[in-house]
Amino acid sequence: MIGHETVSSSGGTVKRYGRWSLRRLLERESSLGIILMLPGAFLLMLFMAYPFFLGIWLSLTDSMIGRLGHFIGFRNFIDLFHDSIFHQTVRNTFVYAMVTVPFKAMLGLALALILTNRMRFSNPIRAAVMMPWIVPTALSALGWYMIFDPIFSPISWLLKSMGVITKNVNFLGDPNLAIASVCLANIWRGVPFFGITILAGLQAVPHELHEAAAIDGANAWHRFLHITIPAIRGVVLIAALLSIIWTFADFQLIYILTKGGPANMTHIFGTYAYQIGLAATDIGQGAAIALYMFPILSVFAILLLKYLRRE
Amino acid sequence: MVGSRTPGRQILNIYLPLALFVVFLLFPFYWMSIVSFKPTNDLFEMKFNPFWIQRFTLENYLYLFQNTAFPEWVKNTLIVSVISTAISLLCSILIGYALARLRFPGSNFLGVGIFLAYLVPPTLLFLPLAQIIAKLNLYNTYWALILTYPTQLIPFASWLLMGYFRTIPKEIEECAMADGCTRMETLLKIILPLSTPGLISAGIFCFTLCWNEFLYALIFMSSGSMKTIPVGTVSDLIKADTLFWGSLMASAILGSFPIAFLYSFFVKYYVSGLTAGAVKR
Repeated sequence: MIGHETVSSSGGTVKRYGRWSLRRLLERESSLGIILMLPGAFLLMLFMAYPFFLGIWLSLTDSMIGRLGHFIGFRNFIDLFHDSIFHQTVRNTFVYAMVTVPFKAMLGLALALILTNRMRFSNPIRAAVMMPWIVPTALSALGWYMIFDPIFSPISWLLKSMGVITKNVNFLGDPNLAIASVCLANIWRGVPFFGITILAGLQAVPHELHEAAAIDGANAWHRFLHITIPAIRGVVLIAALLSIIWTFADFQLIYILTKGGPANMTHIFGTYAYQIGLAATDIGQGAAIALYMFPILSVFAILLLKYLRRE
Repeated sequence: MVGSRTPGRQILNIYLPLALFVVFLLFPFYWMSIVSFKPTNDLFEMKFNPFWIQRFTLENYLYLFQNTAFPEWVKNTLIVSVISTAISLLCSILIGYALARLRFPGSNFLGVGIFLAYLVPPTLLFLPLAQIIAKLNLYNTYWALILTYPTQLIPFASWLLMGYFRTIPKEIEECAMADGCTRMETLLKIILPLSTPGLISAGIFCFTLCWNEFLYALIFMSSGSMKTIPVGTVSDLIKADTLFWGSLMASAILGSFPIAFLYSFFVKYYVSGLTAGAVKR
């Protein structure tokens, strides 16, 4: 780069030298590789790595929004140990991330097994069932917001007209129903992701394998158990780990449906960090809440990395 | 699948469960659409069947365009999405090519680093990032989103493109270089044209994520006219009274439509893109 800079200051021979050296930098694998990484790495350093470390610093201070605080050691983290809302947040997050995954995986597997059949309109059907995963979650969450509304809920209307209930269900207002409701919306959003990922895994299974097994007398259930399941195990595991990580660190679905309520029964790390760090302007404490996610996310990230490496 | 060839069994085993899935997965969209085409008073009419439109109206959509900042939200979302996508694609092409083709010190380490960056969620970073954006004086400017979105896009797009670049035989490049092409020329003239499907799926992926992003946009764009569609809809159209449902749903439908359209148009590219990370390795 230094050679290149001299180009503008002097002429003739230096210019040729400069071009020659830039050219050499662009031709040598070792230097070109690093040069090509630079633009993306710059953005990732500035807006991902730097905020990560700044977050660690903030979590060790009593900073408020607009006022940089003093170093207070681990007090923010220790305070959270004694915060009953934080305890509830941890429980909610585990329920939200862990309970939903088996449902998403099972329904996604069923969806994939259906879609793998040859049928008419298979492309439009695939596009249609992918919609919950594709469209902005913030906007589809508004649909669920109305479906769960205490007055306008179509579920309440249906149950009432069938005579099952007499009063509307307060899906998002009742503490126990609220967490179940946000889980349902989350499952709805995640099923297509599992479905399409598993579908891709299914299509990688050679058809001959099924035919050979069928000739050898294996019935459909045995073929499913001994051919299909082993073939897609890896894909399901990868999808499950990704889904756990994303759900664990979710924000928008809960923010829109309940804002963490009622009585903090649906707060997860993201929404609680938002409430403490921005709404209550205690950004140091908020950063600490967010950072509590880090060790847990790391475990799943390492599992994922190890698995991908082994394959 | 073998064993489900007769029409009766096919309906029972395939089309019936498929229909259940379609109803479950599409019902919220159906509900949002019909509410958006109903006059507000009809929502309160308890004798009407809520699953159907009794009186069709476009008043909610007109309201959206005449009385809210919706047109500006569309403009903001478009500007941010297009520019972020372009920046992310450019960076990802370079990273993907470097990781797929070049041997340089630290390349393995950087490859793993990029993969891990894909797993870093916005909720982990948004508080310190808000401080950085404030310090850079970027609040309520397009740059706040244009510069931060690529951190969510580059990791996956780079991996996707790296996968595509690796499927192109090295020999083609080597021939071109033997004929005097430079590395950058082979990237531009040979690799990129051959990876069009990969570029399209990476582009759709980036654009979709920008269009859908919520948390950063919620925090960095608080002024009414600078909001994106998801943030504007959520924060400006939900009001204390109960008369907002029609325009709220109209906005949600209109905001989802471009993504739904784009996606159904390019469904094959997108599916391969979405699954590339999980299947191709």
